[in-house]
Amino acid sequence: MSYFSKVLLGLLSASLINNVVLSRFLGLCPFLGVSKKTSTAVGMGSAVVAVISLSSAITFFVNKYVLLTLDLEYLRTIVFILIIAALVQTVEVILKKKIPSLYKALGVYLPLITTNCAVLGVAIDSASQGLSFVDTMVYSVGTALGFLIAIVLMAGIRERIAHNNIPESFRGMPIVLITAGLMAIAFCGFAGLI
Amino acid sequence: MLTAILIAAAVVLVLSILIGVLLGVVAEKFKVETDEREPLVRDCLAGSNCGGCGFAGCDAYAHAIVAEGADPGLCPASNAAQIGEIMGVSVSTGPKKVAFVRCSGTCTKTNDNYQYRDITDCRIAYLAPGHGSKKCAFGCLGFGSCAKVCPFDAIRIVDGLAVVDKEKCQACGRCVAACPNHLIEIVPYEASYVVRCSSRVKGKDVRNACKDGCLGCGLCARVCETGAISLDGNLAHIDQDKCIGCGKCAEKCPSKIIVKRENR
Repeated sequence: MSYFSKVLLGLLSASLINNVVLSRFLGLCPFLGVSKKTSTAVGMGSAVVAVISLSSAITFFVNKYVLLTLDLEYLRTIVFILIIAALVQTVEVILKKKIPSLYKALGVYLPLITTNCAVLGVAIDSASQGLSFVDTMVYSVGTALGFLIAIVLMAGIRERIAHNNIPESFRGMPIVLITAGLMAIAFCGFAGLI
Repeated sequence: MLTAILIAAAVVLVLSILIGVLLGVVAEKFKVETDEREPLVRDCLAGSNCGGCGFAGCDAYAHAIVAEGADPGLCPASNAAQIGEIMGVSVSTGPKKVAFVRCSGTCTKTNDNYQYRDITDCRIAYLAPGHGSKKCAFGCLGFGSCAKVCPFDAIRIVDGLAVVDKEKCQACGRCVAACPNHLIEIVPYEASYVVRCSSRVKGKDVRNACKDGCLGCGLCARVCETGAISLDGNLAHIDQDKCIGCGKCAEKCPSKIIVKRENR
């Protein structure tokens, strides 16, 4: 298999087949919280893509050259959280300066990327599987794109739901959770892709 | 063993210092220019983010005061005059207000119709037959939904009845919204006499349900010299703007539910 198709396959697998939200159920908090409007969902998804890609790159080197050489693998979780938190803080500061409207729209969910288990999950996953740098980046970018796809799709559906006449007991979060479940079932269909 | 611990600690320490420096540099580089009065105003506010002012929180309110010229007197828990000084405007504030529970039906005064064994939350108990298990359908349910939403820890459930601590209460109005029976009213801090009942049924039914309850006899309204008391559907109501605190209504009240307001 050529190198290019390998990368493409990795991206597909990480973004669609093993979609981080819909088949591994990581990062549900922003997925449900910031998916009311497509524009903010795109902003949130992009922020997560940036944080996941950056944090995977940094955690890869920290893991390889600091933790593994010093036999400190058990410190992975705490060190990775430290790095992710710092990155999120950086993204927040930059967003506040550069795109204040997006900063306002994301609100509390922006600092909550820190505790977005998708970010930590990707970093720990690729570290414990011992992936190479390229593989790590393909895996993390694919996963992040999967999050972006899922949250944007969800926002699109929710914008349509908003104008529908939903039975009273299902209004708000219940119908969103049901939608998420149906989306998860639909994403199972990608399993036959490869 | 010890070296392993020291190495681990050193690694995390070095990493933290690096991150700290990095964050400091970034924060300085991407500093957002804010009005210098904003943090000053923010310091004057209570900081409990109760939302009583109608803004998303104390930070949002401080921003609104400085940037959008919002009324500095909206926060009952903070010193509006001080904020006015920072902003260079004079502020007129209304009298201090507090929440008050219009019920006196403690466990000893009203009985239960049945045993309620479900989620201990007023808003859920309210859905049970007869608006909860207490005989009086208007009274305090006693599960403390108001106490749970109070950001100032000013409400306690004493003997099955919600009691507001007059000193701690900042009249943010969250409990008013939380009470399914609409028992809680915002009254002036100085209010001297209050009606501690909100039952609107007829006198005989009130008596059956609770030892203390407004019978709707109207004696208080008749003795009131300033016309502050009105009867609204078998229930006395004191207009605190007109009340002069003479206390004649409390003397006349046969069920003693018009009371002098103490520390609650």
